[in-house]
Amino acid sequence: MSYQAKFRVWRGDAGEGELVDYTVEVNEGEVVLDVIHRLQATQAPDLAVRWNCKAGKCGSCSAEINGMPRLMCMTRMSTFAEDEVVTVTPIRTFPVIRDLVTDVSFNYEKARQIPAFDPGDAKPGELRMMQEDVQRSQEFRKCIECFLCNNVCHVIRDHEENKPAFAGPRFLMRIAELEMHPADRSDRRNIAQEDHGLGFCNITKCCTEVCPEHIKITDNALIPLKERVVGRRYDPLVWLGAKLGIVKKSEDTPSA
Amino acid sequence: MTEIERHSYDVVVIGAGGSGLRAAIEARLQGKKTAVISKSLFGKAHTVMAEGGAAAAMGNVNPNDNWQVHFRDTMRGGKFLNNWRMAELHAKEAPDRIWELEHWGALFDRTKDGKISQRNFGGHEYPRLAHVGDRTGLELIRTVQQKVVALQQEDHREFGDYEARLKVWAETTVTRLLVKDGRIAGAFGYVRETGKFVVFEAPAVVLATGGIGKAYKVTSNSWEYTGDGHALALLAGATLLNMEFVQFHPTGMVWPPSVKGILVTESVRGDRGILLNSEGKRFMFDYIPEVFKDKYATTPEEADRWYDDPDNNRRPPELLPRDEVARAINAEVKAGRGSPHGGVYLTVVGRMPGGAEEIKRRLPSMYHQFKELADVDITTEPMEVGPTCHYVMGGVEVDPDTAAAVVPGLFAAGEVAGGMHGSNRLGGNSLSDLLVFGRRAGLGAAQYVDSLGEDRPAPDPEDIERARAEAMAPFERMGGESPYAVHAELQQTMNDLVGIIRREEELVRALEALDKLRARVANVSVEGGQGYNPGWHLALDLRNMLLVSECIAKAALERTESRGGHTRDDYPEMSPEWRKINLVCRLAGDPDDPRVEIRRQEMEPMREDLLALFDVDELKKYLTPEELPAAVAAGDGEGASQKETAGTETEESGK
Repeated sequence: MSYQAKFRVWRGDAGEGELVDYTVEVNEGEVVLDVIHRLQATQAPDLAVRWNCKAGKCGSCSAEINGMPRLMCMTRMSTFAEDEVVTVTPIRTFPVIRDLVTDVSFNYEKARQIPAFDPGDAKPGELRMMQEDVQRSQEFRKCIECFLCNNVCHVIRDHEENKPAFAGPRFLMRIAELEMHPADRSDRRNIAQEDHGLGFCNITKCCTEVCPEHIKITDNALIPLKERVVGRRYDPLVWLGAKLGIVKKSEDTPSA
Repeated sequence: MTEIERHSYDVVVIGAGGSGLRAAIEARLQGKKTAVISKSLFGKAHTVMAEGGAAAAMGNVNPNDNWQVHFRDTMRGGKFLNNWRMAELHAKEAPDRIWELEHWGALFDRTKDGKISQRNFGGHEYPRLAHVGDRTGLELIRTVQQKVVALQQEDHREFGDYEARLKVWAETTVTRLLVKDGRIAGAFGYVRETGKFVVFEAPAVVLATGGIGKAYKVTSNSWEYTGDGHALALLAGATLLNMEFVQFHPTGMVWPPSVKGILVTESVRGDRGILLNSEGKRFMFDYIPEVFKDKYATTPEEADRWYDDPDNNRRPPELLPRDEVARAINAEVKAGRGSPHGGVYLTVVGRMPGGAEEIKRRLPSMYHQFKELADVDITTEPMEVGPTCHYVMGGVEVDPDTAAAVVPGLFAAGEVAGGMHGSNRLGGNSLSDLLVFGRRAGLGAAQYVDSLGEDRPAPDPEDIERARAEAMAPFERMGGESPYAVHAELQQTMNDLVGIIRREEELVRALEALDKLRARVANVSVEGGQGYNPGWHLALDLRNMLLVSECIAKAALERTESRGGHTRDDYPEMSPEWRKINLVCRLAGDPDDPRVEIRRQEMEPMREDLLALFDVDELKKYLTPEELPAAVAAGDGEGASQKETAGTETEESGK
């Protein structure tokens, strides 16, 4: 069942690099990451690749395979024809460190700016939440932080200049998760729009398409978050009520 | 000589999984300037692989549950070899640690009245595992990760610097602990991205590096699990406890080859999954050991009734502790009743009242994993599973209350620490262990730093130079072997000769093979530069894997009995005399070429009040007559137990 596959792998560092051709054995049932490991063991011992669990649970081995953002550990070789050239390149939105490894620190910086969960005055052990209420945020907490959604998002994929003002689908979804968390007491609607660029998102659903956890990022997180932001900022009844002093608006939580 | 960066902290935590992050959070909450050294990116630790849940006797689903019942289950699972004080602290504190997670934002699955839901698991008397579907480990790691960020946000508000008091060193590996006059003075390591060396000056180091699975060929563990903390502790003069006990999880994937070993969660069995051999027989009924005879169902009918009526039926034998199930699968395969790819069948087909939809809802990751990696639809087809190296019960010998190792300033928590789980860990007891002892280690380290005052040891420049030379050596050796080849052989040796079933002659051969591998490990060479060079990283990890492998093989040869995660074909019985003995490894001989030395250490007798939690008849199965409670020794077997255990009644009525 083995065959010799043709691989083109991007090799290089922050300075420059090139696609290098390899011919490498592939066995039944293998995934792209297996083949990359075989290259390391037999032909390219210093080939840099980031990986951990090899089971689609840690989100480390993101790459672009024939141009498609994927997890290498979840891309089966049987999805390619035996004579097809498989091209593996690093994810494009983030700077290359070496070979297939990129500098994803952008994501960790954005994560820090989003105000943490805020349980208010509740004490540990006191919280009572219903399954149907936690379910919405639970979907977003399935996120394995592979950052493929941020990688594919056109707002920053080809627009370095947007990076400071845009947290990307991953972290806008984090805001949605906290907003829908039944026990959270902060209000991040304003900063979602002002600081983290929710308005940039024009719901092309590319993020949803590449999510290996099949989270409906656009439909279940980003669009509802947009609706909530609109409610916070533009609802005429709320505006009028606030003017008249009947409706008390919640306090906006600033970015952290 | 290349420039070496230096950074000073109060507490350095090595490892950024559940226990490492929990330890770091605690040290920071105690006001200590803390660093976390993470071998991978922040949030990618092996903890994400934990699926089933975190065991904590909150009593949300069955109000009869309490810490005493949990304690008993833990001791039984570990075949009474556990450090009883650790098992006690763990059972008592686990609920608080879970509620604390919820308070930090974790979203566990809920009961109908809005509390944290709890699920059944092997060896646990009552539904006890707080869980989120089958991705509980991810929820745990994300929650502590986000708590770290929350603390950094506080520091940012106060000092204008997120990392003022708590910094995560992502993709950084420690290769040596620095010891000055017998006390911890810091750690030496490299940053993967650049390959540059760093010295962390710190009087307290918490080891939270996880396990050793990558010393085996078939394992559920990721590349990071190379026994780093175990080896660092040994090299710093600390001791390892009971390394012979390695848990082979009964259900790893067996096909396709590239995913062999990847975990299939025990929740599959907790949620009505059953094990079948090639003849379609539900074989676990044939493998209920004597010590558990009265606690497990003897017919499929009774076993199936248990899921809905646990008070009046006994548990299905699929939910025996992991060591029992792994051995049973091994025996079935050996007897020629295995599946085509050398495992047995695990199936949920037709087992859930809600059909395929319920399977997908209860076991989403498993559905996903089999569909995408093996082309198997678990709602219509059985899974093929077999044992996989999963967890090491042995680890750094620590003080139960403070997590302190024998070297002053060194602490250990989580999988790298020994004692808590005895000879076999119950599923679900790891996530709670990480939290309970992660917190205690952070606290212990902070208190130790306070006790030092100004008297902090400084790393010796000569030690730093030695550590640098050791790390650079694989580049300087020319024409040596590839680290990948040597690693593959080490894994094969451990798999073949120190695996799930062991015998003297094979262990002797293993030690000879490891001896030869030592010379080869010392001779590997790598090409390329220092920046993000996986070949180099593996070359450095090999030292650690070799050391822990030697410990496991030596201890396995020494212990001439079978217990939990250590099965000797030539000594199949469990011996009450051996139960009292801990095997302790340390390094001895020439400091430049040290060898693993093993000694027997008598276990401290269990406290009377804890002993009194057990039925005397049960204790007799494990303990020597002299160890039994005083009242029994005097001839009165009745009433010596079960004062405050609400669980007993249900337990008895199930018979």
